[in-house]
Amino acid sequence: MSMAWEVVIGLEVHVQLNTRSKIFCACSTAFGAEPNAHTCPVCLAMPGALPVLNEAAVDKAIAFGLAIGAELNHRSVFARKNYFYPDLPKGYQISQYEIPIVGRGHLDVLLPDGIEKRINITRAHLEEDAGKSLHEAYAGESGIDLNRAGTPLLEIVSEPDMRSAVEAVAYLKKLHALVRYLDISDGNMQEGSFRCDANVSLRRPSEPFGTRAEIKNLNSFRFLEKAISYEILRQQDILEAGGKVVQETRLFDANHGETRSMRSKEEANDYRYFPDPDLLPLQLEEKRIERVRVALPELPDARKARFIEQYGLPVYDAAVLTAARELADYYEIVATGQDAKLAANWVMGELLGALNKAGLEIDSCPVAAEELRQLLARIADQTISGKIAKEIFEILFAEGGSVDAIIEARGLRQITDSSAIVAMIDEIIQKNPQQAADYRAGKEKLFGFFVGQVMKASQGKANPDQVNALLRERLQAQ
Amino acid sequence: MVKRIAQLSRIALPDNELPQMARQLERIFSLVAEMQSVPTEGVEPMAHPLDLRQPLRPDELRQECLSREDLMASAPRAQDGLFLVPKVIE
Repeated sequence: MSMAWEVVIGLEVHVQLNTRSKIFCACSTAFGAEPNAHTCPVCLAMPGALPVLNEAAVDKAIAFGLAIGAELNHRSVFARKNYFYPDLPKGYQISQYEIPIVGRGHLDVLLPDGIEKRINITRAHLEEDAGKSLHEAYAGESGIDLNRAGTPLLEIVSEPDMRSAVEAVAYLKKLHALVRYLDISDGNMQEGSFRCDANVSLRRPSEPFGTRAEIKNLNSFRFLEKAISYEILRQQDILEAGGKVVQETRLFDANHGETRSMRSKEEANDYRYFPDPDLLPLQLEEKRIERVRVALPELPDARKARFIEQYGLPVYDAAVLTAARELADYYEIVATGQDAKLAANWVMGELLGALNKAGLEIDSCPVAAEELRQLLARIADQTISGKIAKEIFEILFAEGGSVDAIIEARGLRQITDSSAIVAMIDEIIQKNPQQAADYRAGKEKLFGFFVGQVMKASQGKANPDQVNALLRERLQAQ
Repeated sequence: MVKRIAQLSRIALPDNELPQMARQLERIFSLVAEMQSVPTEGVEPMAHPLDLRQPLRPDELRQECLSREDLMASAPRAQDGLFLVPKVIE
């Protein structure tokens, strides 16, 4: 085993802002339309067409900046990033270069080991998305669809502050949750609304940064983790064989689980950025910033603090439950009128476990929050025991239905009739005279054996508290 | 240098035009060099010659627009609503 390498990771995340119209023209940003149906002279780069900035894109960028405690630049400048590719009809992308709208900020990320780590964010800037190229269908030609061209993007650049794939995933998840909380993006990773590039390099601890490779277009948390893990091994092999890592762009091949060199261009890209003469500098007035600040929703960290305060939850529970806006909303419905800690245990245990096993996210959860709340209410009013509730939950998850209907249809109502329980107890004591005698002679731990027998006889439906109390009474009586 | 700039700009430049282009570019570079000698310390870089602020547009969809067919009419090649271009793939 070689001396340890330290991995250094920085992420660039492209977030599509969920405005109705494009950033510089009034075309729709809706996904999935006929090719080129959402285009106009501006986003097709017709000569003489001029861009006009969408104020919703500006407001959403401000909201993000406020949420990460960033400095907002009251004056920012749009620049042309020049390169030629057919899905970029102008021959340049309108972006921000020297002065972005959002300056330095940070995100505090909870790692799986329970430690919180601060990841610094260098900047976030507004730019336009490119169109799409389709390479398969036409022999010797590529088809170009410019519906996406001009969709507003916020590119969020982190400092190289992450030291493992796990940290990178935790940061990306937190960022994803944040844009969903803020409702500045739909965050749909399959449709490309939230895409990530990872800069990965290795170094010996406390030495200067090594040469990095940039892995492009990672569109899932799992791919990010796999791509980084692969890249670490690849660079480690090169360095330990005495070689040098080449600075280059690489693509993650999900089918083979490896990264591959994408551009072997020796000459570095020369984007020749310059201020776009079609756009004036963007001035942010205090009034606008204040308006956005006032409209900000409750953010993950504030919601976490409230969960601790209002529901009396442990820090860990509150952090897990507020990690996604949808999950936090779900929990708050379940906890309404119920034991808050019990609700947290159910959501974090049974529910997240079942979702994880089924490969589902909370927003496609088959059990409605109201139904889970009802299940807890039926435990609380002693209609069912906790053990039976777990069975019902599995039925709800797999087959749907309502809690009360399942209880009735399957006869799962808890037995709370004392005489019925006593009858069962007496029968079991009669069948096990030796154990009963031993118990009375002082073998206390046989009590558990009797509890088990009674629960078995009642198919788990006897009220456990009553079983305990009545069993003790009957065992002693005889 | 001239070849590289032509390549970056995607301009086909025949070899016999290179000397003339080089002379013209040199004149531009010398003008730039002259401007670079102007003391600019403490002067904020100008992003735009007009001293105006960027107007913003409300986030609304345009009601009517040219049809896709009209918009694509001048494309050299198009099919199935797509612009067709010489194959680009890594």
